[in-house]
Amino acid sequence: MLKVIEIEHLTVEYPGVKALDDVSFSVNEGDFLGIIGPNGAGKSTLFASMLGLNTKYKGTIKFFGKDIRKSREYLKLIGYVPQKPVFEKNFPATVNDVVNMGLRKKYHEKKIDEILQQLWIHELGNRRIGELSVGQQQRVFIAKALVNNPKLLILDEPVTGIDQHSIDLFYSILKDLNSKQKITIIWSSHDLDAVNKLANHVACLNRTLFFHGESDDFFDNDELVKQYSEASMQEHMHHH
Amino acid sequence: MSLEIFSFGFMQRALISGIAIAILCSVVGLFLVLRRYSLFGDAIAHSSFGGIALGLMAGVYPLWTAYGVSLVSALIITRIKDRFNVSGDASVAVLLSSGIAVGLVIIGISGGFTVDIFSFLFGSILLVGVSDTIMILGLTGIILIVILVLYRQFLYSTFNEEQAKVSGISVEKINYLLIFMAGLTVVTSIQLVGVLLISALFVIPNVTAIMYGKGFKQTTILSMAFSIFSVVVGILVSYVFDITPAGTIVLLSTGIFVCTIGIKSVGILKT
Ligand SMILES: Nc1ncnc2c1ncn2[C@@H]1O[C@H](COP(=O)(O)OP(=O)(O)OP(=O)(O)O)[C@@H](O)[C@H]1O
Ligand SMILES: [Mg+2]
Repeated sequence: MLKVIEIEHLTVEYPGVKALDDVSFSVNEGDFLGIIGPNGAGKSTLFASMLGLNTKYKGTIKFFGKDIRKSREYLKLIGYVPQKPVFEKNFPATVNDVVNMGLRKKYHEKKIDEILQQLWIHELGNRRIGELSVGQQQRVFIAKALVNNPKLLILDEPVTGIDQHSIDLFYSILKDLNSKQKITIIWSSHDLDAVNKLANHVACLNRTLFFHGESDDFFDNDELVKQYSEASMQEHMHHH
Repeated sequence: MSLEIFSFGFMQRALISGIAIAILCSVVGLFLVLRRYSLFGDAIAHSSFGGIALGLMAGVYPLWTAYGVSLVSALIITRIKDRFNVSGDASVAVLLSSGIAVGLVIIGISGGFTVDIFSFLFGSILLVGVSDTIMILGLTGIILIVILVLYRQFLYSTFNEEQAKVSGISVEKINYLLIFMAGLTVVTSIQLVGVLLISALFVIPNVTAIMYGKGFKQTTILSMAFSIFSVVVGILVSYVFDITPAGTIVLLSTGIFVCTIGIKSVGILKT
């Protein structure tokens, strides 16, 4: 089985905080990996390192067997949906503009239309990105991540501000992308139930990696599940 | 107004270079405004004032020294901002005032204000010569081509630097290129509106165009249209009534801005 990502002994230290400590795991082609862990667990830091945004890490990260420090070319094969897409509220860009920003090859109207349809945003094409709801914006950013036919999709899931309908839609889209289009997905989430339903692998992160393996093995281990439900429950209460 | 004024060579040159500068400033300015870098043009313009004074004192064609000084200072403030964690507006403020200060000191040393200096402070579009016009057209052409070719990179890194990086764009190079082009644009535009009113050309048409709620291309086109309108009408009106072109151009531009606010508050334009 081809390994998309191999992470060996990844350690990231910010001034005063060790965000990741000796994390090692790999992701095979076609996997759907759910990364769970409370706020501050280092999920975004892990992604930042994989995406070349944080280069001050110890250890190695390989993408299809190649060390990512050697060349930035690998980024062309990754689609990334950030946790909180920051942009000027009144930025003069429509949904079409934003999706096109992601497009590296020549503009392909049919392809873009297809993706917008698939993500239920085809009617929003000419609306400004800042006018949309958070859930709609999230789907636009997924569309942008998908336009180059990535091998790997990395999603740093936003925690708040999305209604249940949009969440359900988002989950069914993820499921399809993985099972029908065979895109490898790495997705960080606070929602254990959703991870249980969607992902076939689970990684429990809290500075170090507590568990990594088949999701069935995780969800059959009551002790682990209990620990993590409690952790995410506490986070939940934090937010309200 | 008689059509005869269009047959004057100086008027043709003024209009042609004015339109070129209008287009250039609104395109480059849009990226600056969206990066919250609105006063950057002003800062470069003020530092180029130091360059102009230097050129006049040394007996070199002042725009050349202005190009040199403004490009160097543009790069310096970008460096300072990136390296030492000084905020964008603070580094702009430092450059803005020190540029003028350098200019004033040099002018003082070399014997006070002259007509030349006033023409750089307030622009002298009706005095633009043939070689200036060619230079302005050439530069406009080059910068527009660069922006067209790297359109996605400029737009994406303006929209969100981090995501642009992740998509493989060399954001840092793009930022320096933009700053470099902004420096060239500012000094070139000094001939139209002078050092003091440059940022009006960079900012006002763009802020106005953004209010119309359109996408990026349409916003750019609107901004260019507002800018060209103000410049052309401004030059003609100021000639006919014998008032300063720079002031007239900027006031027209402000007029469009105020009208847009009016239209919006009445509710004809949504959002
Ligand atoms: N740029 C930074 N500088 C300093 N410390 C940082 C930085 N980014 C993150 N940290 C710290 O590193 C730790 C991990 O943060 P990270 O954002 O990776 O967590 P996370 O799992 O993504 O959390 P959340 O669920 O809230 O998104 C936290 O303690 C955080 O305060
Ligand atoms: Mg995070």
